Amino acid sequence: MKRRKRGSWEQFWLTYKHRPGSLIMRILVVISAILTAGILFSLILYILVNGVVHLKPELFAWEFNTDNMSMMPAIISTVYITALSLLMAVPIGIFSAIYLVEYAKRGSKLVKIIRTTTETLQGIPSIVYGLFGYILFVITLGWSYSLLAGAVTLAIMILPLIIRTTEEALISVPDAYREGSFGLGAGKLRTVFKIILPCAVPGILAGVILAIGRIVGESAALIFTAGTVAQVPGSLFDSARTLSVHMYALLSEGLYTNEAYATAVVLLVLVILINAVSGFIAKKLATR
Amino acid sequence: MRKYSESIMKVVFLIAACVSIIAVILICVFLFASGVPAIKEIGISDFLLGNSWKPNQELYGIFPMIIGSIYVTAGSIIIGVPIGLLCAVFMARYCPKGLYRILKPAVDLLAGIPSIVYGFFGLMVIVPMVQGSLGGSGKCLLTASILLGIMILPTIISVSESNIRAVPEYYYEGSLALGATKERSVFRAVLPAAKMGILAGVILGIGRAIGETMAVVMVCGNQAIMPEGITSGVRTLTANIVLEMGYASGLHREALIATAVVLFVFILIINLSFTALKRRAD
Repeated sequence: MKRRKRGSWEQFWLTYKHRPGSLIMRILVVISAILTAGILFSLILYILVNGVVHLKPELFAWEFNTDNMSMMPAIISTVYITALSLLMAVPIGIFSAIYLVEYAKRGSKLVKIIRTTTETLQGIPSIVYGLFGYILFVITLGWSYSLLAGAVTLAIMILPLIIRTTEEALISVPDAYREGSFGLGAGKLRTVFKIILPCAVPGILAGVILAIGRIVGESAALIFTAGTVAQVPGSLFDSARTLSVHMYALLSEGLYTNEAYATAVVLLVLVILINAVSGFIAKKLATR
Repeated sequence: MRKYSESIMKVVFLIAACVSIIAVILICVFLFASGVPAIKEIGISDFLLGNSWKPNQELYGIFPMIIGSIYVTAGSIIIGVPIGLLCAVFMARYCPKGLYRILKPAVDLLAGIPSIVYGFFGLMVIVPMVQGSLGGSGKCLLTASILLGIMILPTIISVSESNIRAVPEYYYEGSLALGATKERSVFRAVLPAAKMGILAGVILGIGRAIGETMAVVMVCGNQAIMPEGITSGVRTLTANIVLEMGYASGLHREALIATAVVLFVFILIINLSFTALKRRAD
């Protein structure tokens, strides 16, 4: 065992003895990988180590006040906004992917335009979404800072993600399924809803979970649409802050670093869970 | 009846597909309609090339912010691209399978961490580090570049990795057979073949960096002045919006929306070049 190990070192030495350039590149490659992983793990470790001690029960009190700085209303608002945006974006996204994959002629003009617009939507920074939502929903439509304005803005923001992942899921369903269904006399609609969509569910789900991650982490698009009021919203037209916005508010006031640490822990754990679930589904999909 | 529902649903699907077109049109119309009048009122050259942003004196020049955004983005590219590209090479060519199963989700997680958490991390860790080694307040161009460099890593890595993997295996094998080392084969044969795709990934990273708001606002210092060095505080276009939008009114608010218009135009240009490059890469 030991001898073989020395042998491989010898070989390593022989390979790189007269090729310092290659050796340097190899070292740089390994360093970069270590650096990337190291940054992630140090970030997680730093937030957890400093944050867990500040997770006090009063941070999860139902009512928010300036004494307890509770994040519970923010957690509830996050759930509300996530559910609302998904309610809007998921059906539209799935339907539009169905159109693109099952109905439209490949390479038609409309498909090209839709491709370009979804790519554009994907590239727009969240602060621009925020301002757009502010101008259209908050001011022009007069919804003021509200749950609804925030949710619609986020729905537009995650739409391209839903469309893209659903499209990929639909394309990966083998054509034989479609032919089989048509051969048995089913119509196109029946084929789509009874055969193709059920097969594509895991792929779509993975996309939806990624979208949840985007929503949970979003702050810039929400500050000027959903506002920053730290209360449990009573109606669609009440202002509410999500966890990320809550954290921003804590930091910009500058007095609540400990609470910000605790919020960061909750956010981080949420994101890790979301990523793990999405990864798990994607892996299931790959082995199927 | 069945014929009926078939054609109705087809129209429903079509309408759903057009929602994204409508959204883009709405965004363009409302942003430009609210921003362009302000640009006209201030004067296009005073607005874009004006050197001072002093809303209380009715001075709305965003040139320092444009420069700030460009510097910070350039800095993040200088830091993020080499590390990201080399890490992608590692993942595509060196990584043992077991390690890959950890590294790949780690990179995905890096993409999923909220920008506000990055900002907090930057504020608590990177700012003191820069302050300790270079002096000053620590909230400066360099800090923002480092933080953004980290934030664009996952974009660069995943795009580069998939493009490196897409290069036909015989490029690599042919080079090995000619006696080149593994590194020479990867960097001289495989990477040039993946060049266009990697460049598209870099452009995607530029888009991310220039549009990033919450993380930058925490660490860049936010002085609306021309940055003089890497330890000088800067304010980006995005930071300008988020800092002042809360209390702005009248022309000031419109000037901030106009700032978003400028940012939006930047992003459109970046997107167009990304699409063009991706077409050439495919």
